Amino acid sequence: MRRMVFPLLLAVGVAGIVLGGVRGTGGQDEAAAVGDEVVVYSSRQEHLIRPLFERFTEETGIRVRYTTDNAGALMARLQSEGRNTQADLFMTVDAGNLWQAAERGLLAPMESELLTQAIPVHLRDPDGHWFGLSVRARTLVYSTERVDPEALRGYADLADEQWRGRLCLRSSQSVYNQSLVAMLIASHGVERTEEIVKGWVANLAAQPFSNDTSTMEAVVAGQCDVALVNTYYFGRLQSQNPDVPLAVHWADQEGNGVHVNISGAGVTRHAQRPGAARKLLEWLAGEEAQALYGALNHEYPAREGIDWDPLVASWGDYRVDDTNLAEAGRLQTQAVMLMDRAGYR
Amino acid sequence: MSAVAGQVQAGPGRAGLLPFGPRGWRWLAGLVAAVVLAPLLITALSWLQVDAAIWAHLRATLLGRLITNTVILLAGVGVLVLVIGVGLAWLTAVCDFPGRRWFDWALMLPLAVPAYVLAFTFIGIFDYAGPVQGLLRDLFGTSAWFPPVRSTGGVVLVMGLVLYPYVYMLARTAFLAQGAGLMDAARLTGMGPWRAFFRVALPMARPAIAAGTALALMEALADFGAVAAFNYDTFTTAIYRVWFGFFSLETAAQLASLLLLFVALAVFGERYSRGRARFYQRGVAGNRPRIRLRGMRGGMAALACGTVLAFAFVIPLIQLLWWVAGNSLADLDAQYFGMLLRTLALGAMAAAITVTVALMLAYARRVQPDWFTQRAVGVSTLGYAMPGSVLAVAVMLVFTRVDGWLAELFGVPGGQWLTGTVIALLVAYSIRFMAVAFNSVDSAFEQVRPSMAEAARSLGSGQVEVIRRIYVPLLRPGLFAGALLVGVDVMKEMPATLLLRPYGWDTLAVRIYEFTSDGEWQRAALPAVTLILVGLLPVILLVRRSVAQRRRVSGPVPGAAP
Repeated sequence: MRRMVFPLLLAVGVAGIVLGGVRGTGGQDEAAAVGDEVVVYSSRQEHLIRPLFERFTEETGIRVRYTTDNAGALMARLQSEGRNTQADLFMTVDAGNLWQAAERGLLAPMESELLTQAIPVHLRDPDGHWFGLSVRARTLVYSTERVDPEALRGYADLADEQWRGRLCLRSSQSVYNQSLVAMLIASHGVERTEEIVKGWVANLAAQPFSNDTSTMEAVVAGQCDVALVNTYYFGRLQSQNPDVPLAVHWADQEGNGVHVNISGAGVTRHAQRPGAARKLLEWLAGEEAQALYGALNHEYPAREGIDWDPLVASWGDYRVDDTNLAEAGRLQTQAVMLMDRAGYR
Repeated sequence: MSAVAGQVQAGPGRAGLLPFGPRGWRWLAGLVAAVVLAPLLITALSWLQVDAAIWAHLRATLLGRLITNTVILLAGVGVLVLVIGVGLAWLTAVCDFPGRRWFDWALMLPLAVPAYVLAFTFIGIFDYAGPVQGLLRDLFGTSAWFPPVRSTGGVVLVMGLVLYPYVYMLARTAFLAQGAGLMDAARLTGMGPWRAFFRVALPMARPAIAAGTALALMEALADFGAVAAFNYDTFTTAIYRVWFGFFSLETAAQLASLLLLFVALAVFGERYSRGRARFYQRGVAGNRPRIRLRGMRGGMAALACGTVLAFAFVIPLIQLLWWVAGNSLADLDAQYFGMLLRTLALGAMAAAITVTVALMLAYARRVQPDWFTQRAVGVSTLGYAMPGSVLAVAVMLVFTRVDGWLAELFGVPGGQWLTGTVIALLVAYSIRFMAVAFNSVDSAFEQVRPSMAEAARSLGSGQVEVIRRIYVPLLRPGLFAGALLVGVDVMKEMPATLLLRPYGWDTLAVRIYEFTSDGEWQRAALPAVTLILVGLLPVILLVRRSVAQRRRVSGPVPGAAP
């Protein structure tokens, strides 16, 4: 034992490098030409994108290599790698992140007939830097045991006195809440939005939660009665427990409509394989991939005319706030500052 | 006991195998410091671009609260790790009570639990929607009197439970090494056991306890995962808010460098207050009859140990296993073997590298104890206090730049010799966890009387021979402990792994991130349990080592066997 420690550590390390390396680059030899692969930086989770990439590789023979991390870190990496980057496609959740990536010149504008036809105008960058690939609606979820759905209206009405001690929210650290508030600023202006957010904070039944699922579990447990969440989290909860005493209420149907956000992607400015990146992006906007988004994660397809996942369809149709999502990016800093001022943690 | 300035007088010219004399060590330390400083300097360079609007906003809204929060967190965690760590170490090292032999090693197990895992497990169990409060509501109709879990108290408790083993381990070793003579002498002067503990044993163990507490506090300061789960605003969460909310990496880096300044002052302050005094254990500690705690007192001691162990390890592990059984067993596939192997491999490699460098630093500090070397060594351990994500970005910035130069030099665009391989990741780990290895190695050095090395050198041994034949054997426990601690920490590390891993190098921590970042705690349970089990491997080695060491130090205790 005495003399073995360091040799042992080194041996494990070397074995790891060999095996890890082999696994990491496995199949690379088959992809002889550079054009046969594409590299993706993704802040969308591995278990959600891998099935899509696998299908893409099966159909086109193009191998997809990817790394996952949060969007901010990946953007810093893209920026610092500059023209040396391996990444061809930047994939992320939240329009604010995509807008920011475009703003910093990390994405190349792309003209694609296919994409502009498939993806509605408000879900893509006006200049073609990024395209939404799936839609997530952020709306109200309420306890069917304690709330009369007639009493529910929209985002602003959650600031009403009647919800005192009955509201649960996720932390303002969440980019989804930041985008939601940014869109509220876009439609109501800063002053009115600050009043609304202050009203929310006054109505909170508990400290903001660190994720949407916990927020809804608090409603189920009876800590509060209404929550603001992305519907696919509700979908997950419902598919695990079909009898969960919660229901979706579509916000602001008489007003601006439900705030939606996207997951999306754009080709990087210094992509070494822009052709393959474009192919992947267009494939992701294609019918098969769009249907998969719903099946994998209860999200809405960005493309029109795709059947919704049955569970998703059971929540009914709704009117969407079709303000261009680039606004969410533009106003995000203001939104975060507003939430700080309102004491929304 | 003798208090002397710890120096090894190295004669000039006898370089042995090394191509440089004692002065060379100074430059070696300088080189290591430079590698550590590069990312720190990049962080500091952010001050060239100050965004006045963001700072004005921070001052007006967040800054006051997050400084208060950070101070409260540090104070709370500090008190908690001291009370739990020192208290339990004293019980298991010096006293005897039912279950002591078992608790002696079991209390180190929580070391394998990452703070972020304990945080989400704790919330899962004890928050309003969790099973405990649910049961209370079923029984009594209300759980309103239950203390709020996602609160200051909750964060402090979770951090304390995760971090106390650092203090426990080091304090325990120190108490074991003190031997019987010291306490006997104290008792002979008429001190009671409590007084002897506070006046003699505790001050003697101070360097070890201070080192452990410093590690715990730096970890608490740099933590993001746990405080984020509790939605508790500290410096680190503010760094993220500024970075991801305001998209200002510069302001984030500025906050991080303030944090670092704070830590540097604390670290140097502690060293300064300890002054030049060094304690060396003279001779081998003899048999020490343990203080027997009988009846109620023994039961109380066992209860204290059991409670800590239950909340820090057993209950969370059961909850995780429950989640695995209910939700995520289906995720178990062939990928897991690869992830497990890569997790272990990274831990092992980083441990070997970090401890080797720490050994060189600790030695340099003794051969060449001049101003420059001392500062260089001090700087080299600062990485631990950087929030992992900020350090990861800083290292990434440095290495992509170097990669860029290399690519230009060799005319190969897109070459990523450092960031595309494990090299960048290993360097990042070494920078981040140098303090862990160094504290361990350096406190082992403190136990080696300088006279031994002096004797060897006066008998004609070269530097390498002195290291190999005097230091390495005597330091082996310290080196070993350092390597294992670094190994465990690296396996738990998340942000640097995420940002700097080469393609395909997904580890268990990466997998946990994938699930927790999306609120899927139950599915994160599988990689979390696997990570804890893998982390137990080095912890158990550590335990066996220290138990064996104790046997050697104190010999078999007659009549101790039941």
